[in-house]
Parts: sequence; structure tokens; C-alpha cells
Amino acid sequence: MTIEDVRQIILNILADIAPDEDISSIDDNTKLRDQIDLDSMDFLDIVMELRKRFNIEVPEKDYEHLATMAGCVSYLTPLLKDRSMAS
Amino acid sequence: MRYETIIIGAGLSGLAAGIRLAMFDKKVCIVEKHVEIGGLNSFYVRKKRRFDVGLHAMTNYSPKGVRSSPLGKLLKQLRISHDDFRLCQQEVSEIRFPENSLRFTNDFEFLRQEVSEQFPDQIDGFNKLVEKILSFDELNLNEGGCLLSRPVLESFISDPILIDMLFCPLMYYGNAREGDMDFYQFVIMFKSIFVEGFSKPQGGMYYILNLMADKFKSLGGELRMGNGVKTINSKEGTVYSVTLDKDGELETEAVLSSMGYVETLSCCQPKVLDLEECKIGQVSFMESLFVVDKEPRDLGYDKSIVFFSTQPRFNYKVPGDLIDISSGVLCCSNNFKFPEPLDDGLIRLTNLASFGRWDCLPRKDYISAKKEWRGRALDALFAFFPDFRDNVVFLDSFTPKTIKKYTGHINGAVYGSPQKIKNGKTSVNNLYICGTDQGFLGIIGATLSGISMANLHLLK
Repeated sequence: MTIEDVRQIILNILADIAPDEDISSIDDNTKLRDQIDLDSMDFLDIVMELRKRFNIEVPEKDYEHLATMAGCVSYLTPLLKDRSMAS
Repeated sequence: MRYETIIIGAGLSGLAAGIRLAMFDKKVCIVEKHVEIGGLNSFYVRKKRRFDVGLHAMTNYSPKGVRSSPLGKLLKQLRISHDDFRLCQQEVSEIRFPENSLRFTNDFEFLRQEVSEQFPDQIDGFNKLVEKILSFDELNLNEGGCLLSRPVLESFISDPILIDMLFCPLMYYGNAREGDMDFYQFVIMFKSIFVEGFSKPQGGMYYILNLMADKFKSLGGELRMGNGVKTINSKEGTVYSVTLDKDGELETEAVLSSMGYVETLSCCQPKVLDLEECKIGQVSFMESLFVVDKEPRDLGYDKSIVFFSTQPRFNYKVPGDLIDISSGVLCCSNNFKFPEPLDDGLIRLTNLASFGRWDCLPRKDYISAKKEWRGRALDALFAFFPDFRDNVVFLDSFTPKTIKKYTGHINGAVYGSPQKIKNGKTSVNNLYICGTDQGFLGIIGATLSGISMANLHLLK
């Protein structure tokens, strides 16, 4: 899976948990919660979706890595590099 | 076969928790004693008419697109769209006392204006109270100290009538405590009723409950109806199974119970120790439904909901008589902004009632007492409101005893125990509670309770 694939996966998850938000113009280096209306309940959903779709466990201490899109991509790419998009 | 979670009760909190768990592929089963879903907010059919019970209106109305409100959070977490709830807003509601009336809508500034006109010398205090309420973190799940509302209100408002008028709807729609109210509950109710406001789903509770049950089942959740939990079994302090009234035992890693705190602990095997220290809820209601042959507004009932007191001072407590006719709630379903008029005119009248008084009546006296006290409640009502007796084509009443029978809540206490278990924990490992006794009340509150307890204890 490439960096672009991982970014797309995050976008897919965000589209599922925040269906009314415009996610096409997300800036990778600004906090997600400052761009779209996400709270701690939503971050739990991101973590749960990663577990459900890719069997990845994100421990609570690592949640901070998911604050921005760039953070998500750099944290998750090593974990997903050998996987295919179809999961 | 072993479940990851067994949920007890297919009411709003249980269904919501079930949806959250099934959404993330947890092996989950909801066990419901009754043959209908809904618990305290359900429905029943008489003479081919379907009536909601529990629901007068949904509180916490917020428009589509608002995601940070309780309703917005609920929809987002359950991945249900605002349109799917088919919410129709109220028109105008009212708090009516002998000398004063305060009307309110889903626009908070309307109420503020009413207060400034009716209680001009109190408006500054009222505004300061509102500031305090809006900045208060009522959803903090950590146990705070017990702060009661009346002293807080008295520090802002000097007119006891205005204090009683503000209490009246908030207590009727969500207070398990007699006489006063926990301040965080007051804040929850104030925001949900006055700041956000009322709506009703097109199709009533029946529609909302089925929407949620269908979602739960479509995600792979299992729903067992008509089979209650006899015991919740633990070994070395950790839950491992539940025994059902019919067909045996289900093994599970965790149990989330919406039966009520004391009701849940009473089912534990072996017995748990902290049972005797628990406060049991006492507050319950009698409600009568009147199907009338005209639109209620044509009979002089043009408000969505009226909270009334026939006495200058409002007293929220379990009455010494079977019911308390000196105050009540009137709800006219027709006076919500439905796209099409409802089939029937419907007026509901709710009064505080005593479970103990109703429960000790023999069957024959029970039936006649329902009729007698319904009549007395109407007599008291018609001293202030137009008489609709000649227009009634169907009527029915239920009492605290009815509520106990169908929901299992001790004393028919619709708002549960005055002592809430905000974090949902019990003394048994992996046994958690949600719903009425966890602390978020009302339809939206119950649903959020299921969501937050599932998130907190069963998804991480």
C-alpha cells in the first residue's frame, strides 16, 4: 500500500463517520478536529474502523499521532505497507 | 458459543449500545423480557390505534448539520441521518401557573423575552443563571459532589414562583428526586428543553424504535424477545454468563444492563453486598390518553405541551393520594409541525402518582380507582382549561403499576434512582449499567447513555 492509498483509507473512514462534512479539501498538516467537526467519540471511531478493516490496534497512547492527516499517514503507512487496499 | 456482550433490555439505551457494538463486529445479543421493544419509551395498540408511552416529545431538538449537539452526536455515532429520524418541531409550549404563564418555543430567545415581560425584576438574575448553565460541563462522567439546584437558582432568582415555573417542565421530564434536582441534571434538562427544544418523529416511538432495531439486526446483532434475564452469574467477581427465564444460559465476556441499578444487582449470582445502600426511585406517573373528535386546537388546546400547576407553588413529590391533581402535563401530539395532520385528535394528561397507593389496591378497586382519579384530574384541569369531555371518543389510562409490569422498574419509577451511576460501573467486573440509572435521561439521553457506556467500557 502506498502513502496515497493510506491517505485514501483515512478519507474513506472519515467519509463514513462524518457523512455531512466536506473532506475533499483537508489540509494534511492542520489538526483534523480543527477542519472538520470531530470530537473524542469520533477518534474512537477512527481507531475502531482501523481495527475492523485492517486488524490494526492503535493503543491509546498513540492516538496523538492521528491528530493530523500527515500524522495518520506516517503512523499507519509502516503498519499497512504490506497490505492491499481490499483488506 | 460465547458472546462478547449481552445487553439486557431492548429500550433506547440497549438498542443504541447494541448498534455501536455490532457496528464494530462484536458478538452481541440483546435480551428483552417484553414482547415489544422500547422499555420506558414504547408503544401499545388499543382498538387499532397505536399510542406512544413515555414519549410526549423528544427533547434536544437541533437542526440538521449541527454535529456537536446531543442529537447530532447521537446520529453521528449511530450513523443515522437526521432525515431518517423524521423530526417535526413543536409549535409553542407553555408553563402555566395560576397567576403567570411562560411560553417557549425551539428558539431560546422567545423564552428569555417571556421572562423579561412576566418577571421584569428577575431578568438580570435569569440571564446570569443562563450564563452559568451554558458554561457548565454537565456531561462529565466523573462523580462530582452532589450539588442541588434550588440553592443555585435562589442565588440568581429571588421570586420563588419563577423558580417553580422553571422547575416544573424540567422535573416532570426527567427528575428522579423529590423536591429538588441535582444541578447537573437541571442543566441537562434546561438545555434539552429550553435551549434546544421539542420535536416528535413522524410515526412516533414505533418508527424510531424499529429504525434502531432494524439497524442493529442489519449489522449482525442478535435480538431475543420475550425472554428475561433471571440471574447474572459471576465467578471470582467477574461476570461470565446470564441465565434466562426460558431456554437456559448464555455465556458472555461482559453484560450491559439497562434494567436499572438495583434491579440489575438484585439479579446477580452470587449476591452482591452493596444492594442495601442503594436509593430506590419513587417518582412515577399516571397518564390518561383522550382521543377526541376534533383537532385539539378547535377545542381550545393550541399548545404543543403545557406544564401546569393549579396552585401558586409547585410541589414535585410522590403524592399521599393515588395521584396529585394539582399539577400535570398536557400534551397535544397534533400541535407539532407534521407534514400532514394526524388521523386522530389526541390529548394526554400526566400527573404524579404513588406506586405504593396503586399497588395495594385489589383488582376490582384498581379499575374503579383509575376511572375515579381520571375524573378528578379532569375536574382539576377544567378549572383552568376548556372542557373536552363531550368530544372524547376513546380513552385509556395507565398507572405506576402498569409501568412496573411492562418495564420491570421497581416502583414504576420512570426516572429510576435519584442516585445515578454516571460511570456505569458496578462492583462486579465486566457488568455495567446504562439507561435510566446511568444518568442521561429522556429519549436522546437514554440513547446517548447506551452509546457512551458501550464506547467507554466495551469498545476500547
